[in-house]
Amino acid sequence: MGPLFAKQRYLLDFALSCLWRRRGKNLALLTVYTLVVFAVASVMFFTQALKREAALVLGATPELLVQKLTLGRHDLIPADYTHRIREIRGVGQVTGRLWGYYYDPQVRANYTVLAPQGVEVPERTVLVGAGIARVRHLTRGATLTFQGYDGKPYSFQVRGVLSPESELLSADLILMSAADLRRLFGLPEGLYTDLTVAVANPREVSTVAAKIQELYPDTRPIVREEIRRTYEAAFDWRAGILLAVLSGALLAFLIFAWDKAAGLSAEERREIGLLKALGWDTAEVLQLKFWEGAVVSLTAFFLGTVGACLHVFVAPAPLFAPVIKGWSILYPRFRLTPFISLFDLGILFFFTVVPYTVATIVPVWRAASMDPDQVMRS
Amino acid sequence: MIELQEVRKVFHAGRPNEQVAVAGVSLTLEAGKLTVFRGPSGSGKTTLLSLIGCMARPTSGRIFLKGREITSLPVRFLTDLRRRTFGFIFQQFHLLAGVSVLENVMLPAYPLGEKYRHLRARALGWLERLGLLSKAGAKAEWLSGGEAQRVAIARALINDPDILIADEPTAHLDTRLSREFMALMADFRAAGTTILIASHDPLVHEAPAVDRVVDLRDGRLLTPEAPG
Repeated sequence: MGPLFAKQRYLLDFALSCLWRRRGKNLALLTVYTLVVFAVASVMFFTQALKREAALVLGATPELLVQKLTLGRHDLIPADYTHRIREIRGVGQVTGRLWGYYYDPQVRANYTVLAPQGVEVPERTVLVGAGIARVRHLTRGATLTFQGYDGKPYSFQVRGVLSPESELLSADLILMSAADLRRLFGLPEGLYTDLTVAVANPREVSTVAAKIQELYPDTRPIVREEIRRTYEAAFDWRAGILLAVLSGALLAFLIFAWDKAAGLSAEERREIGLLKALGWDTAEVLQLKFWEGAVVSLTAFFLGTVGACLHVFVAPAPLFAPVIKGWSILYPRFRLTPFISLFDLGILFFFTVVPYTVATIVPVWRAASMDPDQVMRS
Repeated sequence: MIELQEVRKVFHAGRPNEQVAVAGVSLTLEAGKLTVFRGPSGSGKTTLLSLIGCMARPTSGRIFLKGREITSLPVRFLTDLRRRTFGFIFQQFHLLAGVSVLENVMLPAYPLGEKYRHLRARALGWLERLGLLSKAGAKAEWLSGGEAQRVAIARALINDPDILIADEPTAHLDTRLSREFMALMADFRAAGTTILIASHDPLVHEAPAVDRVVDLRDGRLLTPEAPG
């Protein structure tokens, strides 16, 4: 162990001892600091994880969706639109999708009803999302009855509960066969909710979208990338609102920290003078105070970040979820896949640990650069 | 060993509250002797000691330590010289409250970064010699005046200094403790340490171990040394 390392260890030991001497004040500071880091990190982690979930979900959706518009609103699209779209160069498969919303007055929630492509659902049966299974207490084999477009009851047997990777978008989902969906909603053959268009070369997606728009001016082609951007913007906006609310707390903390750091008490000044009189260099006093600041801020950062991880990924973010998720009335209860961006963590570190440590050191530097003989004359 | 040439120290120079603390002192102090600076309050004793102990720079004049001029040394060298050469005992003791006696004693040695085992052993050795071993773990604020001063002495000795500087060391001690303090100083002097004490306490300057008394008034020597 070299003298340099040993010296830093002495300084760190003594810094801990100094913190412990003023433990009341320092524990109060640590608590407030930890809470601020916890709140900001929670919003950050939650938004990041949601965006990632959304990206995962969107990854499975087609690159291009085509909706028909009537009076500027989404309308059902005729099946014969598929033929001419398929003839556009670069287009692979064009498939009609059937989906809609069903309002369940019993639990006052909206379900998303979908006739899946590639999954065979026998008639008179449904697959339900985990959220619906929970609120309606459904298990395999149970019967679920909906009121059809004509007011008549339509009963389905639950074949199973969906348990996909991401619960975010599937919690309120009901899968049924296309024939059942048409019967339930009174939808005639030859009409679809929208069309999915497969494009072999991703770089051609926007060209194909422009051609479809030209071919059918009454349609709206939606590119997956645009949906992704919309999701991101929405989540960022919500996170922004929360951070704006939290900024009050952040400001209060900054004032508190500044006051603590900038206002050296007479006792602290005397001690700094004493250390200098005992043969400590200005740099060594600064290093000591750096360690004090670093211990407080790193502990707060660590506790706040770990607390935020537990809050967001273990408990389902009970404090912020309703604001950031803002889904339908039926809040999907789901557990997010832990995802933390190192870049964001770095930014959080930079904006919490660095300013505090600097705010601690600056006034000390002023006090530490005085002549040590002031102790002799005091 | 320590030589002062026309040393002056002026506080608040050029302002209405300008104060000349030391007004041109020339003095030679021998190594291994116990010297007492005597004089009333404001005579410049403490300022002179802080100049010799590298705590402040003189406004003018020069100070030599073992033949080396120290007044023009950069701050870093001055600090290093201070912690390796001098041990200080302050009038108010200035122990850190809330910290153990042992830690208070070791404090001046932290920046030197020596092995903890060695440092601790040396600190405990001094505490034992000063009869304070049982108080090593106690907080500084629990000590009596005499104990606090002995801790301050142990702290001053932790870096094995050649020169011990004490400013009014008996100001807060009764007669018995003052005599004990001077007996300790006599021991250190016998061991070869140079001791400089500022005091106007007769118990100090009349102690048998004192080699020389330097009288000061208004920042000057009452009896200037003949130029050597």
